[in-house]
Amino acid sequence: MPAVSKGDGMRGLAVFISDIRNCKSKEAEIKRINKELANIRSKFKGDKALDGYSKKKYVCKLLFIFLLGHDIDFGHMEAVNLLSSNKYTEKQIGYLFISVLVNSNSELIRLINNAIKNDLSSRNPTFMCLALHCIANVGSREMAEAFAGEIPRILVAGDTMDSVKQSAALCLLRLYKTSPDLVLMGEWTSRVVHLLNDQHMGVVTAAISLITCLSQKNPDEFKTCVSLAVSRLSRIVSSASTDLQDYTYYFVPAPWLSCKLLRLLQCYPPPEDGAVKGRLVECLETILNKAQEPPKSKKVQHSNAKNAILFEAISLIIHYDSEPNLLVRACNQLGQFLQHRETNLRYLALESMCTLASSEFSHEAVKTHIETVINALKTERDVSVRQRAADLLYAMCDRSNAKQIVAEMLSYLETADYSIREEMVLKVAILAEKYAVDYSWYVDTILNLIRIAGDYVSEEVWYRVIQIVINRDDVQGYAAKTVFEALQAPACHENMVKVGGYILGEFGNLIAGDPRSSPLVQFNLLHSKFHLCSVPTRALLLSAYIKFINLFPETKSTIQEVLRSDSQIRNSDVELQQRAVEYLKLSSIASTDVLATVLEEMPPFPERESSILAKLKKKKGPGAVSVNELEEGKREGGELNGGGERGGDSSAIAASNASTPSPSADLLGLRTGPPVTAAAPSAGSLLVDVFSEAGVNDDGFLSSAPPTVVSEDPAPPLPESNELLNKFVCKNNGVLFENQLLQIGIKSEYRQNLGRMYLFYGNKTSVQFVTFSTTVTCPGELQSQLNVQAKPVEPLIEGGAQVQQVINIECLSDFMEAPLLNIKFRYGGALQNLTLKLPVTINKFFQPTEMASHDFFQRWKQLSQPQQEAQKIFKANHAMDTEVLKAKLLGLGMALLENVDPNPENFVCAGVIQTKAQQVGSLLRLEPNAQAQMYRLTLRSSKDTVSKRLCELLAEQF
Amino acid sequence: MMRFLLLFSRQGKLRLQKWFTALSDRDKKKIIRDVTQMVLARQPKSCNFLQWRDLKIVYRRYASLYFCCGLEQDDNELLTLELLHRYVELLDQYFGNVCELDIIFNFEKAYFILDEFVIGGEVQETSKVSVAKSMEEADSLQETMEEYVNKPTY
Repeated sequence: MPAVSKGDGMRGLAVFISDIRNCKSKEAEIKRINKELANIRSKFKGDKALDGYSKKKYVCKLLFIFLLGHDIDFGHMEAVNLLSSNKYTEKQIGYLFISVLVNSNSELIRLINNAIKNDLSSRNPTFMCLALHCIANVGSREMAEAFAGEIPRILVAGDTMDSVKQSAALCLLRLYKTSPDLVLMGEWTSRVVHLLNDQHMGVVTAAISLITCLSQKNPDEFKTCVSLAVSRLSRIVSSASTDLQDYTYYFVPAPWLSCKLLRLLQCYPPPEDGAVKGRLVECLETILNKAQEPPKSKKVQHSNAKNAILFEAISLIIHYDSEPNLLVRACNQLGQFLQHRETNLRYLALESMCTLASSEFSHEAVKTHIETVINALKTERDVSVRQRAADLLYAMCDRSNAKQIVAEMLSYLETADYSIREEMVLKVAILAEKYAVDYSWYVDTILNLIRIAGDYVSEEVWYRVIQIVINRDDVQGYAAKTVFEALQAPACHENMVKVGGYILGEFGNLIAGDPRSSPLVQFNLLHSKFHLCSVPTRALLLSAYIKFINLFPETKSTIQEVLRSDSQIRNSDVELQQRAVEYLKLSSIASTDVLATVLEEMPPFPERESSILAKLKKKKGPGAVSVNELEEGKREGGELNGGGERGGDSSAIAASNASTPSPSADLLGLRTGPPVTAAAPSAGSLLVDVFSEAGVNDDGFLSSAPPTVVSEDPAPPLPESNELLNKFVCKNNGVLFENQLLQIGIKSEYRQNLGRMYLFYGNKTSVQFVTFSTTVTCPGELQSQLNVQAKPVEPLIEGGAQVQQVINIECLSDFMEAPLLNIKFRYGGALQNLTLKLPVTINKFFQPTEMASHDFFQRWKQLSQPQQEAQKIFKANHAMDTEVLKAKLLGLGMALLENVDPNPENFVCAGVIQTKAQQVGSLLRLEPNAQAQMYRLTLRSSKDTVSKRLCELLAEQF
Repeated sequence: MMRFLLLFSRQGKLRLQKWFTALSDRDKKKIIRDVTQMVLARQPKSCNFLQWRDLKIVYRRYASLYFCCGLEQDDNELLTLELLHRYVELLDQYFGNVCELDIIFNFEKAYFILDEFVIGGEVQETSKVSVAKSMEEADSLQETMEEYVNKPTY
């Protein structure tokens, strides 16, 4: 082949490249380049018109200089000139320059588009392909505007050459990806699908990428491609290894096309047509079978191409997630790869198994490989393989193996690569929380995590352990004891000090009985770490100290002395100084009662999604997440004490400290978030009262607090309003809300799809409430689902008096959210503004349905579509008392069916939800497991949203 | 779809860069720097794939030259490895026993061959015969042109 000599076509270029290569230093290279740039510039600017050949040569030199990493800011015009040359090589270099040095200069784009237009209409296939490649390479919006109409026509025209069709298909794909709005579907779309049948394998290979992308966006319009793809695939899979001539790659028939076909099928659910589906299953089985056959070649290319198809087939099997037989075979195949000597295959098997682990059919099968995966984590030499092993362990973790997996991950962390530590820490933290059966194990795990990889434990992680300890009183004593022991270590991580400080500040009293951990010992231990810590941690410790004064009055003088020392009270850091001053003052002025109120134990945190999980999701997010964004995420990440999420006594502290917006991680809730200000004033003013009785109102300590402004707009719902709502799922009467000023009682009755609710507003103070008003709103789509009418209410409530309000409710269709009740009134001139959720839940419209065992199971079976069922497995929140459970289920409104479930421990219920639009039959099954203290709750309804909502509501009840 | 293809030497010198999505020069430079450093730091006999940000990186070394590309999440790593191999075969077929120098001195040809093989990050033609034919056609056009230019003028 004479090709090699082609470079000689441009002697000057070859000489220049040699010169550059001979340069001994970077400086020499730059000098040579600058010389050349000057030369080219003068040629381009010169009076003498350059011939096409010289232009081509100089443009090519510029291109080379650019590829060396230098910026090129001229020559574009000359390149554009080359486009309109009728000499192929000049045109080609011109297009290459444009493709590599995309220029958004609109002036030029117009000229470029002109040249492209000429070449597209030239009917010379070589020129057309050049033009199409250029459009595909640049892919700008201007080009889409100019050619998105033309290219589909070229693609499906009968007389277009195959090579042009191929380029046109992929060119159109590029335009569709950059400007989908400009590529209009039309008559051509159906003809594009039929390119799957094209004789020319190259045309199919190119067209299928376009079809796949279009199908993802418009699945219905392209769904005929499924059967075409299946038959094409089946022909390839069953062909002999040499049938396809040049499209056979190392004895594997058309691997690229096969993979693209399998990828296209992943845009759709399994084929509905039985014959098509049968054919496809056959293909998949053949592919799995071939994996077991001896290789036709020893070359790695052969096995790679073969396995590429195999992995793509497994992806499709996982995507369908409906053929248990294939799923298990896929899993076994991947299991074989896990032990393969090729590192690449081990890597891919681990990756693929991760998705397999989430299928209910194959989860168990994946779990059988746990030892191999753990071994991979320990022994693989390549960090990227170890990373995959860690991912898979995370994915295969469930209650049965959580302890083993967490232990392995923890021990791996000690030697893990720095690059994956942070993610490992998050994963361990999540697994430990998710599968904690006893919370002492959870606490141990997190403390171990801090011990082993403290630097990588982000705030979310240690915030979370504190949330959990606060919310679970059964683990508080254990947590206090464990952190106390952990802090004994001479060098312990600052995160440990933070957790220790917080937990001992709250629950140190639980271990104070032991003389080895007496209050003073605890304090000295904490304080011994103080000077080694950063400012935020010190601030936290100061707060822990003031809590100690309340918990253990005997430590008061010691702690006061510490607070009084110059290093605290005159600390150069404003935050520390302020805390020291205020805490010292508080401890010396306030009575024990006041102290006890202000420094009361923290209230439970509202349950919500773990912020760690959110962080991991963010970390692994599908979109392009830049490293910067990740770091920002870390900074703004879930704050344990984010002001908005609290109410009651903690906002009292918040109000008293409103003058010190803390820049640091603030554990005692000293930072007030904007949402809370609306609800705070009642508590805030109350606190002022307490202090004025104690006679300290004039020392300026509190007067520095800015006046709280309450907005006239309805306040956002109180943080506890969800909990309040849950209280009323199984009952109709009771106290909905109570604070220092106001009590709201509720009585309600429901019949068919109608309900009536009586609200009783009680004024607990001795002063009247004026301009008392309430509004009930249905946010969002609830408006069309629920019709709620509130009768007017008296605008004035005398001290100690109660007024009543009637609310009528009509259920139009099933609904998820609850109506909002906003209450506004003035108390002593201050506007009070609070919003609650009205406890109207879908189950209120149940009509109980009695039925026999036989009927129940028949209906149960009828409701067997996956979306009709909702299931939750959860830990018991209350004692598992049968009578209490029965009462709750009856309160739910369904009929409790006796002697239906074969297991007498289980409960089943049936009912029909009455809405104006339709009736929704629902069945319930609750399976308690007294040993594990767990429930499994299953709901089946004729409407999927109802199952889901009921399941959500009920999971909070038991 | 493939997002980019980079060819670089063991010393980290970039020999060819092809981008299939629009990126700013700054982003390109950053990716080139990060990816080449990461790949060059890999131990021999490591696996050919790694995860980098939201991309799958697939690379393979041929003599002194690394072929490396960035893929989206649903792309097939093994097949991409063979795509790199097929590209090397195409270069080899064209240059005859291709070496790094061929690619340095004939970088424009390396681009043209790639364009015949991959467009917009998707494979358009996997047949060696077809690609060779296209290149031959183009070269025959070129030959006519060279003759034309070298013809002495009267």
